[in-house]
Amino acid sequence: MSAVAVADVHEKQAGSVPRILVFSTNNISDPGIDLAGSRHLHYSSGVEVISLPCTSGVKPSWIAHAIEQGFDGVFIASDGDECAYLPDCAHRASALVGEAQAMLKERGHDPQRVRMAAICSVCAEPFTNHVQQFARLLAGLREQGAK
Amino acid sequence: MGGTTERRVGVYVCHCGGNISDYVDVERVVAAIRDEPGVVVAKNTIFACADASQSEMIEDIQRHKLDGLVVASCSPKLHTTTFRGVAARAGINPYTYTQVNIREQDSWAHTDDPAGATHKAISLIKGGIARTRLTEPLEPLVVETTRKALVVGGGIAGLRAAIGLADVGLDVFLVEKERELGGWVGRFGTMYPHERDGRELIDGLVAEVRGRDSITVFTNAELMARSGSFGNYVAAIRINNDLPELVHVEVGQIVLATGFDTYQPESGEFGYGIDGVVTLPEFKAMVDASSGPLTYHGRPVRTIAYIYCVGNRQPGGNEYCSKYCCAATVHASIEVAKLPGSVHQYHLYRDIRTYGKYELMYTESRKRGSVYMKFPEDMPPAVALDASGRLMVTTHDTLTGGEEVTIPADLVVLVTGMVPRRNEELMGLLKLPVGTDGFFNEIHPKLRPVETVVDGVLIAGACQGPKNSAESVASGLAAVTQSAAILKKGTAELDPLVATVRAVACSMCGDCLTACPYSAIEKAEVAGREVAAISPSTCKGCGGCVPVCPEDAIDLRGYTDAQIRAVIDSMLEEPVA
Repeated sequence: MSAVAVADVHEKQAGSVPRILVFSTNNISDPGIDLAGSRHLHYSSGVEVISLPCTSGVKPSWIAHAIEQGFDGVFIASDGDECAYLPDCAHRASALVGEAQAMLKERGHDPQRVRMAAICSVCAEPFTNHVQQFARLLAGLREQGAK
Repeated sequence: MGGTTERRVGVYVCHCGGNISDYVDVERVVAAIRDEPGVVVAKNTIFACADASQSEMIEDIQRHKLDGLVVASCSPKLHTTTFRGVAARAGINPYTYTQVNIREQDSWAHTDDPAGATHKAISLIKGGIARTRLTEPLEPLVVETTRKALVVGGGIAGLRAAIGLADVGLDVFLVEKERELGGWVGRFGTMYPHERDGRELIDGLVAEVRGRDSITVFTNAELMARSGSFGNYVAAIRINNDLPELVHVEVGQIVLATGFDTYQPESGEFGYGIDGVVTLPEFKAMVDASSGPLTYHGRPVRTIAYIYCVGNRQPGGNEYCSKYCCAATVHASIEVAKLPGSVHQYHLYRDIRTYGKYELMYTESRKRGSVYMKFPEDMPPAVALDASGRLMVTTHDTLTGGEEVTIPADLVVLVTGMVPRRNEELMGLLKLPVGTDGFFNEIHPKLRPVETVVDGVLIAGACQGPKNSAESVASGLAAVTQSAAILKKGTAELDPLVATVRAVACSMCGDCLTACPYSAIEKAEVAGREVAAISPSTCKGCGGCVPVCPEDAIDLRGYTDAQIRAVIDSMLEEPVA
């Protein structure tokens, strides 16, 4: 998407809540996000989830694509050290996020638009807190007119 | 309706009673997605999981020649299997089904924002449709399972589960933290409903456990670690704190039956701490130990006041009903009435919940002289000593117009309920979620009542929530059935959502070979060229190799690059609130 088109996307979203794409994991962080809902913990309706088997499977290009197409930010709800597949998952995921941030920076986007935190299957409140904080940061970026 | 693509998708948006439709405008959602490319059928349904709804889906699939199915309802953890079954029964591939979570991750999280929840539902469903349009027919993978089970907790639920698992032909390891098996019931005397002695019940179960060679019992033992994956776990058990070595056992399933604790009143709460004010477990022990007239510290007990719901149904505290305590107290009062001597018994309650056949005990206790007084929720009884040092309980009886009644009592029994046992270490190592009440959460209270979100880990007994012994045994046996259904086959089906290589794009750089710790990727020759090849049976489906490929030649089935990008793009078609 061109820089003009990206500007259009963010202009269209003015006045709406920041839109956050969450990459969760089927067995670890997605149950934690479910638990937040089961406990009726409120967070922004601009938060939408795509669940994958493992955080280490998130492609940096998906993160860049999401932001270029109109998401304000991408939150990686990581397996952390709990990953059932890969003992070095946290290390791998961290490298992938670094790669995504570099990719965004290169394309003129603020790398703060990507954030990662370990969310386990009981992390209902931490998830809610993380996405709410992230939404505030992204709202601030909007006000600053940041890409 | 319908697009011009080759796929034909049916979309069903569930009200879940009102769990979804109270906050999401379901009709508006259906209207918004009915013209999405590929959508041939778009409907709302009160309960998508109901038999009638499933039959309607099958009929639609066959009548409209659908080849893709989307159900927007609850968490995929609950009903993915259900609707894959619907797809299979309708004659289409189960892996062309996509479940969209608009309950836990939408309506329930946005009860304060119905407009936002509705936009979000549309967005998520558009993403689900996009994903479904790019699905491919797949067959499940089959893994061998270890025909052994681990039961954690040697109370009545754990003992019965261990016996049941052994009787279906499985080897069982039973781990109990205490020195003796038996748990709470092992300390009880006569219990309802059949007047069986708890200690005798446990003795019988323990004898049965000891008589089975296939059950290995570890007492003074704790589960310290768990590794492996579904169907093939390795449990590390510490036997006796003095021994540093851990025992490692391989098991296919883990049944948790770690029981409960009882509510301990604060000092001064309903007079607790005053001589003569006791909790229900303390009272039960007194009654069990009595054969002659009831006494307390050598003094005869002629009047008892029971105060119900102590520590339960309290806003800001344990808000749930502990449900076993009404029947247990009514039963104890009958036992008291059977003892020699005459005892006046006053039951001060908010509500009496002697459900089902236990209602008969309530009637019997009244026939034996128990008096029941209902106090208002906002005016609980007060317990104090009078000038002579006698216990006095003051209450308001709503059944006699709210009249204030003061009862001189020799004994005040605080009817305390069950509270979750502190299990932080176990929760940490198994990563089991607990509910707001602090008890372990099942996946679904009706449909999957003993399964947890951690595959292969089941819960039984009062670690899941307050239960009487009969209900605990029933859940223990449910865990047996669930375990046996998987372990007896010796195999379990796993999703075929494994990684694949587009050989034509592979440059055989070797990065993926080192990225896979399972050695699922090897070099192979395709059309005279060396490329990476992935073994479907060895691949765990994590997708860890996908981002490392510089040529974008690896895809994870069900989560392909095209699918994820299509989901993102389709979600963004719907604006947020």
